Amino acid sequence: MIRFLLKGLIRDSSRSRLPIIVVSAGVALTVLMHAYITGIMGDTIDVNARFFTGHLKVMTRAYAEDADQVPNDLAITDVDSLLRKLRKEFPRVEWSPRIHFGGLIDVPDEKGETRSQGPVIGMGVDLLGKGSTEVRRLNLDRSLIRGALPSQQGEALLTEDFSMKLEVNPGDTVTLISSGMDGSMAFYNFVVSGTVSIGYDALDRGAMFADIRDVRRALNMDNAAGEITGFFDDGYYDDGRAKADAAKFNDPLKSVKGEFVPVMVSLGEQPNMATYVNMLKYWSTYVASIFVFAMSLVLWNAGLLGGLRRYGEIGIRLAMGEEKGHVYRSMIYESVMIGIAGSVVGTAVGLFFAYLIQKHGINISGMMEGSSAMLPSVIRARISPVDFYLGFIPGLLSTVIGTVLSGIGIYKRQTASLFKELEA
Amino acid sequence: MKVLLLSLALAAGLTAYSQEDGNAILKKVENNMSSDNRVFEATMIVHGIRNTRTMTLKTYSVGTKESFTEYLSPPRDRGTKMLKLENQLWIYSPSTDRIIQISGSLLRQSVMGSDLSYEDMMDDRKLTDVYDAVKEGNELIDGRNAVILKLTATVTDIAYYTQRLWVDTERFIPLKEEFYARSGQLLKRTTLSHVKQIQGRWFPTRIIYKDMLKQGDGTEFIFNSVRFDQKIPEYIFTKAALKQ
Repeated sequence: MIRFLLKGLIRDSSRSRLPIIVVSAGVALTVLMHAYITGIMGDTIDVNARFFTGHLKVMTRAYAEDADQVPNDLAITDVDSLLRKLRKEFPRVEWSPRIHFGGLIDVPDEKGETRSQGPVIGMGVDLLGKGSTEVRRLNLDRSLIRGALPSQQGEALLTEDFSMKLEVNPGDTVTLISSGMDGSMAFYNFVVSGTVSIGYDALDRGAMFADIRDVRRALNMDNAAGEITGFFDDGYYDDGRAKADAAKFNDPLKSVKGEFVPVMVSLGEQPNMATYVNMLKYWSTYVASIFVFAMSLVLWNAGLLGGLRRYGEIGIRLAMGEEKGHVYRSMIYESVMIGIAGSVVGTAVGLFFAYLIQKHGINISGMMEGSSAMLPSVIRARISPVDFYLGFIPGLLSTVIGTVLSGIGIYKRQTASLFKELEA
Repeated sequence: MKVLLLSLALAAGLTAYSQEDGNAILKKVENNMSSDNRVFEATMIVHGIRNTRTMTLKTYSVGTKESFTEYLSPPRDRGTKMLKLENQLWIYSPSTDRIIQISGSLLRQSVMGSDLSYEDMMDDRKLTDVYDAVKEGNELIDGRNAVILKLTATVTDIAYYTQRLWVDTERFIPLKEEFYARSGQLLKRTTLSHVKQIQGRWFPTRIIYKDMLKQGDGTEFIFNSVRFDQKIPEYIFTKAALKQ
């Protein structure tokens, strides 16, 4: 019977073409939308993790309360011993101390007077340590535009846009003016080793990257760090695992009083990130649900139209003695076939466009000017395994539901009046 | 009974000042506290939330317009110099060998981690030029009669819209000061003590600054030596002196 129905669908294109086009379009949109949202959300979470939140982060309680303001006067001290403890207790997490800071970069002229000045967001990370993974994690090597990565103490990277604004070239000396751990104003000279383009407007506008040892010296933070960030060894954020690790670390310290007691927070618990994590988690369900609903309405309508178009055919079939249930079931079987065909075509089309956006991206840097949000300047879709089957849920369900709803009309046909209808 | 005696003593002590308005008292404070020039060495102790830092410094100043400060210790801060000329401020950092002008948002930064901001150092206008003073009452501070003056700004470009001064009614020096924002929020408090007579004028040699928005126990400023009306070489107040 399936073969019979399939032949019917292939030979009578008027029965299959429109439904397949509608299903394909819906499925393609579902797949594309899911890949697109996964791309945006994933990139946002990923970049925030790499640059700011880590998958896990250890801070002092006082620092954690005002973490947005990077209060380095509340930083962790005796970092080395805490690092040893973390590496022992959480061996599957890569731990790295970091210092975030704000300040000004002051560029001197030949007399040593200020030639140009600009606000900077700074990061002190382990750039020069043996076996450090921070350069790779921050993608600094691939982001290099001019010059080279810091190779010795006293060197720093500036973002390309920032260096152009300040008219600074690799090899030039600039002075960082910031606030030290003791609250006093701190001055430190850096030689610009190179410039980078991170791809995130909030950073590209004015950021610098220096080795944490230099930043410690600059801000008088001996063996201190604002935070110790942790990254899962497989590179992927797992909210459940992160929360479990954080609880394992925090539970024994709950009874310890003091604002400088370390506290561990997961990425999902950090300001603004919980929403992203939850959205990413439930997005597939939301997208599929919305499209199942919307497409069911469309296909119900299409089914009704089809029913009207096939009014005569169904009438003849009923008049020839075919049972109403059989006609109804055969139409549902047909819809399953159309659903599968439409889903396959739609998934292929959706993946094709998603691939194009993944590869080439959509440049939204013009819209991001002045924004402080850590969103990518180029939006890229991200094709994930889910995209290969996600479209089948709305593709099949909506087609079948549409047919089920529209096919109910078969049971309302009166056999006695069939011939009159056919004569008419 | 004690309260009654105290009130009587206060009333007697204040009779002489009851006829004076707030601005006249403020004028006397200014006359007493200001000098043509002064040279002092001081110890600044910053009681932070984690530790206490002690710095020593030497300052030369002419009126309120020009001042030059050199930090003498600890080693990390030794050689740091600040020059203020009118409404401009430069800082020399020996570790970078740079002279950097402090302006804009940098003025809101803390001076060497203390409870003082550069902005506090910069406003060199006379109080009587920018505030209107009104007497609010009297209070005993460390056994001294003090009149409370409420100062309200008469100009808009000012860091503290209102101030309260507890002025010693005999020596005309402030014993306590409170600095408020326009919203009424208390921003800073200073207490002045260890008043000594130096070259014929009363001078508080210990001042405690407390930034109310900052954690920690405030900053102690102790004058180790103060000399008024000295001959200060003119080159001190030049940018060239910063690098010397």
